[in-house]
Amino acid sequence: MSASTLRIALVGNPNCGKTALFNQLTGGRQKVANYAGVTVERKEGRFTAPSGRVLQILDLPGTYSLEANSPDEQITRDVCAGNFPGEAVPDLIVCVADATNLRLHLRFVLEVKRLGRPVVLALNMMDTARQRGIVIDVPELQRRLGLPVVETVAVKRGGAHSLIERVDGEVPAAAPVQPDDAASRADLHAQVRELLAATVTMPRTTAALDDALDRWALHPVFGLAILAVVMFLVFQAVYAAGKPVSDVVGDGFGWMGEHVAALMPAGPLQSLVVDGLFGGLGTVLGFLPVILVLFFFILTLEESGYLPRAAFLLDRLMLSVGLTGRSFIPLLSSFACAIPGIMGTRSITDPRDRLTTILIAPLMTCSARLPVYALLIGAFIPIRYVFGVFNLQGIVLFALYLAGILGAMLVGWVMKRIRRDKSEHALLMELPSYRMPRPRDVAIGLYERGMIFLKRLTGVILGLTVLMWFLSTFPGAPEGATLPAIDYSFAGYIGRGLQYVFAPIGFNWQISLALIPAFAARETAVAALATVYLVGGEGEGLGQALAGQIPLASALSLLVWFAYAPQCMSTLAIIKRETDSWRNVAISFGYMFVMAYAASFVVYQVARALT
Amino acid sequence: MRLSDLPKGAPAVVDRVDDAHAADPIAQRLRDLGFVDGEPVRVVAVGPMGGDPLLVQIGFTRFALRRAEAARISVRTGVAA
Repeated sequence: MSASTLRIALVGNPNCGKTALFNQLTGGRQKVANYAGVTVERKEGRFTAPSGRVLQILDLPGTYSLEANSPDEQITRDVCAGNFPGEAVPDLIVCVADATNLRLHLRFVLEVKRLGRPVVLALNMMDTARQRGIVIDVPELQRRLGLPVVETVAVKRGGAHSLIERVDGEVPAAAPVQPDDAASRADLHAQVRELLAATVTMPRTTAALDDALDRWALHPVFGLAILAVVMFLVFQAVYAAGKPVSDVVGDGFGWMGEHVAALMPAGPLQSLVVDGLFGGLGTVLGFLPVILVLFFFILTLEESGYLPRAAFLLDRLMLSVGLTGRSFIPLLSSFACAIPGIMGTRSITDPRDRLTTILIAPLMTCSARLPVYALLIGAFIPIRYVFGVFNLQGIVLFALYLAGILGAMLVGWVMKRIRRDKSEHALLMELPSYRMPRPRDVAIGLYERGMIFLKRLTGVILGLTVLMWFLSTFPGAPEGATLPAIDYSFAGYIGRGLQYVFAPIGFNWQISLALIPAFAARETAVAALATVYLVGGEGEGLGQALAGQIPLASALSLLVWFAYAPQCMSTLAIIKRETDSWRNVAISFGYMFVMAYAASFVVYQVARALT
Repeated sequence: MRLSDLPKGAPAVVDRVDDAHAADPIAQRLRDLGFVDGEPVRVVAVGPMGGDPLLVQIGFTRFALRRAEAARISVRTGVAA
């Protein structure tokens, strides 16, 4: 590191606009990683100041207090205090405070000041403060605090100008270190009151717009109705925009594979390129549009301030199954795909609640299960009307969705019981002011999420896809073989081996074999069944072939298996990435396997006894 | 009176936050968030199910608190803020 590089740590309360300010300062030049040994996101960026000096900015996790209650708050505390292993001591701390919320934010500024390090205070959202008629005597605030104070508007181009100018200048002198004890902590509030009385005039304590919106958004009836409409629109968008693009991506790679195949001699290499490489890329990248569409909405809802409102409305319901209101949106997203759902759990502050949510998210019926459900229900469940109005096929599909939700509630409840740490989980959630989401901040967030998926997962998933291809291609069929090639492959052997494991739940070796590629992506089970049952198409023909060759009890068992089974490997890979623990991957795989096996066993044995 | 018993909309002033057990991090956090003696407080909304959680206005900020969290806070009513 050259001597002219200045390390700046950005700290502040949650909702102070710190991340928007960070985006404003660094633009797209950000590096997102994890802090050593923990799964807290580390965001660093750099920019060159007018003087030519390079400023390296670390965006520390937002916290209300240096008295840390969670792993991310501990990081903020330790980095600021200069004793986080592997992190250099910051040369300057920029404390960001929301100018409209100084009663809360100034206390943290005073707390940071007591660390005895050079601090600059950025009064952010000055534009909103002025609109609300809030008057702040900045020179007087600066004099009383003994810190340089600058005004910023993180959401406006050039809104960080005065901050850049200040940090580019001389590093301010540090205040003396002050002791941290209960009495001095209580004293901070008295100091904040004094500062506010002397320097800030507030016409009213909250924004009139927030009050008006919250009257509707938090209303016991209208609030829930608004939430239902918002969620309905999100899902419409996922299926109207995300899913078709995903299909186009999958088909596009299939098409490219075919064209590349035409240029290559037939043989294992051609098969690797077409089925392994292009097929695998199609599967992996096919997830991306759905993930991006879902994240667009999650980020927009988060930026606008609506997400905590939704959590407020649903907290009681989620608490009854051992979760928190904040778990709702990630779990709902998991009905489209568990990957964005699990990535979305970052908004859950309590690490225990977050882990529970991550572990149960795959039980939500994702869109990849639908082709399998559609095939099996179409083939085995007769179109019959129950009570004259309800279609039996529809009832079965509904029951499968319900099975996932009830299973998740059961797992949540059990996890609450067996957890060693039974201390109370706090909600303590701030409902910030509503804000117009900024396209730039949403775009940066989307880019980050997309890159995490592509960089961290593509390699793993592609590797596993190629492995799956290898298993189902080698060894090739012998001369004069009568059965499909896959029967002679390793996958065929594994399928035959697995049938002993799966016989008690009614799976023959063909079904067991189809479960192997289904681990890569559930919907491929349909194609695999088509292959082993020697059927060309995947539609009507396959359904009839299955109905003729698989007993009803096995088909029902297979449906239940897909509701709970530990799939797909992309989900397991994202659990590894988000929790940084193979143990959690093993727990997730293990409990879902046991649950799927037990449920399928019961369904199979009961169905067999009845049919 | 406990904050959890305070009727919606009624003005009150915080008296103190009690630890539910020794070294209660939730109580400490509540104090850090501004629930300290003399601070005006008001319940502005309640959750749709079982009246939980509470939306509490303290200072210039609104926090959602579960009833168990709000029960740690004792308040005075009928005092000019």
